[in-house]
Amino acid sequence: MTSRLKNGVVKYFKDNIGIIIALFAMCIFLVIFPTTRATFLTPKNVFNILRQNASNLFLATGMTMVIILGGIELSVGSVIALSGVVAAGCVVNFGLPEIVAFLAAIGVGALVGMFNGFVICKTDIPPFIVTLASMNITKGIALVLTGGSPIRCMTDAFKFPGAGYVGPVPTPVILMIIVFIVATFMVNRTQLGRHIYAVGGNAQAAKFSGINVQKVKFIVYTYTGIMAGIAGVVVASRLYSGQPTAGDGAEMDAIAAVVVGGTSMSGGSGRLGGTLIGVLIIGVLNNGLNLMGVDSNWQYIVKGFVILLAVYVDFIRNKKAGR
Amino acid sequence: MSKQYLLEMKGISKSFPGVKALQNVSLQLEAGEVHALLGENGAGKSTLIKVLGGIYHAEEGEIYIDGEPVNIDGVVAARHAGISIVHQELVLVPYMTVAENIFLGREPGSRMNINRRQMTAEAQKLLDTYEMNIDADMLVERLTIAQQQMVEIVKAISFNSKILVMDEPTSSISDKEVGFLFETMRALTKKGVGIIYISHKMSELEEICDRVTVMRDGQTVGTKVVKETTKDDLIALMVGRELTNYYTRDYLEPGEVILKCEHISDGKMAKDASFELRRGEIIGFAGLVGAGRSETMKAIFGLASHMTGNVYVEGEKVNIKSPVDALKYGIALVPESRKEEGLYKVQSVRFNSTIEVLKEFIRNLSVDVKKEEEITQKYIDMMATKTPSQEQVIGNLSGGNQQKVMIGRWLATNPKILILDEPTRGVDVGAKAEIYTIMNDLVKQGMSIIMISSELPEIINMSDRVYVMNEGRVTGCLDHESVTQEGIMQLAAK
Repeated sequence: MTSRLKNGVVKYFKDNIGIIIALFAMCIFLVIFPTTRATFLTPKNVFNILRQNASNLFLATGMTMVIILGGIELSVGSVIALSGVVAAGCVVNFGLPEIVAFLAAIGVGALVGMFNGFVICKTDIPPFIVTLASMNITKGIALVLTGGSPIRCMTDAFKFPGAGYVGPVPTPVILMIIVFIVATFMVNRTQLGRHIYAVGGNAQAAKFSGINVQKVKFIVYTYTGIMAGIAGVVVASRLYSGQPTAGDGAEMDAIAAVVVGGTSMSGGSGRLGGTLIGVLIIGVLNNGLNLMGVDSNWQYIVKGFVILLAVYVDFIRNKKAGR
Repeated sequence: MSKQYLLEMKGISKSFPGVKALQNVSLQLEAGEVHALLGENGAGKSTLIKVLGGIYHAEEGEIYIDGEPVNIDGVVAARHAGISIVHQELVLVPYMTVAENIFLGREPGSRMNINRRQMTAEAQKLLDTYEMNIDADMLVERLTIAQQQMVEIVKAISFNSKILVMDEPTSSISDKEVGFLFETMRALTKKGVGIIYISHKMSELEEICDRVTVMRDGQTVGTKVVKETTKDDLIALMVGRELTNYYTRDYLEPGEVILKCEHISDGKMAKDASFELRRGEIIGFAGLVGAGRSETMKAIFGLASHMTGNVYVEGEKVNIKSPVDALKYGIALVPESRKEEGLYKVQSVRFNSTIEVLKEFIRNLSVDVKKEEEITQKYIDMMATKTPSQEQVIGNLSGGNQQKVMIGRWLATNPKILILDEPTRGVDVGAKAEIYTIMNDLVKQGMSIIMISSELPEIINMSDRVYVMNEGRVTGCLDHESVTQEGIMQLAAK
């Protein structure tokens, strides 16, 4: 058993060595750089990075599966807005207990995911278009429900999932670990996981193999919707409010994390373990630029080039390895 | 050098990570000859061609054209040197017209203003020269595969090349079109063009080729004049050993009827097919392309949307609505088109071997890796699949080995009835013989096999009985003692 675990760890490092080095290099740079030296490695800052990027990890686990399937999911950012608004609205306007509000918010995410899955399975419309449409619809609903202004909600229970602590550890970090373990089991330890790779690798062959292609797609999109719903709860909780503009562009951060993590956009291959590193790279990058006091407008430019570079290096490495 | 060759490749070596693909390979092509390049899949033919075409760069070796050393460091350089290649995979742009495809990248007219009329006219002239009966204004996506192949050839010829390479050009075209192709080739050689011709079909060699170079394991093992050699010699050279029994088949008395199908139809290509299969028997399905053989089998396997007819498995009427149902009744189908319907190309041999039997080793959120490896190894051994490891990405294996993994995948489900649709298409001779041996072993153990094949010798030598189909109907059944090519063709055209 221990040797299996050891093999697993070795394999993990081997598979992801390029991005692990990149992440390491970034951290070392921030530890040495004068203006960030004092703050970067403090526990407060490390938890801060994890807390801020928990929602991206939730999205990215779903996005990894969607991209392995050969699809794409653009509506997750809007789902963050809508589910956050629903969570806050349920507490403030209907006086529901927070836990019910959170479940309702996650349910809304699941509904959007099911909608995406249903339309993608029943029509031949490409996922890009379907989720582009539902991104707009979802965002529109969030804006209509709130009239465009945030719903503030300051109760302690509401703050718990995003801004609270379990012992010394922030709640979102705990959620992050749970979600990652669940997703890893789903992809690596179930028949469904294999079926996801099969459908993404060759949908026609999967049909011949007796795999229910539509069911696999439906489950994956629904899962992604649920993850976006959870992300919405955590974000709203962290902001003490349901904001109809929250999660703007979150889908792009999730996609970036997935591709930096080594998942191919053409489907059929990819690794959740890589996605985790991808999320951390994007997180450390954002945090580092902030600590260095880089103007937020410039941050976009730097981020864009770093993503390009990371994917390019991985691409070259795979080509050399003859993969 | 006593004789000046049109093309001479000398001491070419090329390796990929972990593999030495070419070792000291030499090839001489004379002007005006058709020179066959023969070898099993994975022998290095395609790599050699890619070196010639400037797609790969060889680590060692020289290339001479008309006695002059040339440096081919890219596709453009190859084209300048007068080399054109028709690749096995079609590389036309589907949403462009035939003319646009032929002149892609060198359109007549100025850079900003392409002279479309001139382009179309010139393309049409080329097509007409070779009597191809294709409209230059047609979108490529609307052409048949065979027509697309012809367009590729015209495109290659249109560069006025001295050296033309054809990589299995006849694998997807009909006999009549092969005739046209050969005429075109003869017309070209008369003009002094040298043609390198890659094919697995021995009969074609005798018809069109002058000399043949055989490759094995990345090396050239000999060059012969086609007229002075025999098919058996060439096969022996290719496989590196004598293939005494190409077809292995012990005809035993078959058992009871295990599968009976009546009036199978899918409302489209399969119209009315009835047949029965007995235990321990191989039945062949012959017919022309489009006769509805594959469609009939897909309908039985639960892949048709509107299937009618009756299916009895071991005497019991069954209702198969999906491949899952079919597997439950012990029916497995290895599909015709490996690439489109079978392979998970970017995945490992292990993933590809076990995708049908996941429930045997994935349970309660745990993967029994040892069991998974055992299953994979069992079928690698049984099929004698050549792969460096179970983790090898299957797309990197040769066609024959890919096919063996495919057959193994379905054997892992322990079927009683195995349907093989064109089991040896794109498979080299050595692997073919091995697949035949395995088929024979399987029926001896009591399995029953349905084999669809367009290769008549294979059908005739392997089947207990041969069903012939035409236009979606079974037009006759011949048993192995009385079956002949003529008999099959008569029924196929009935």
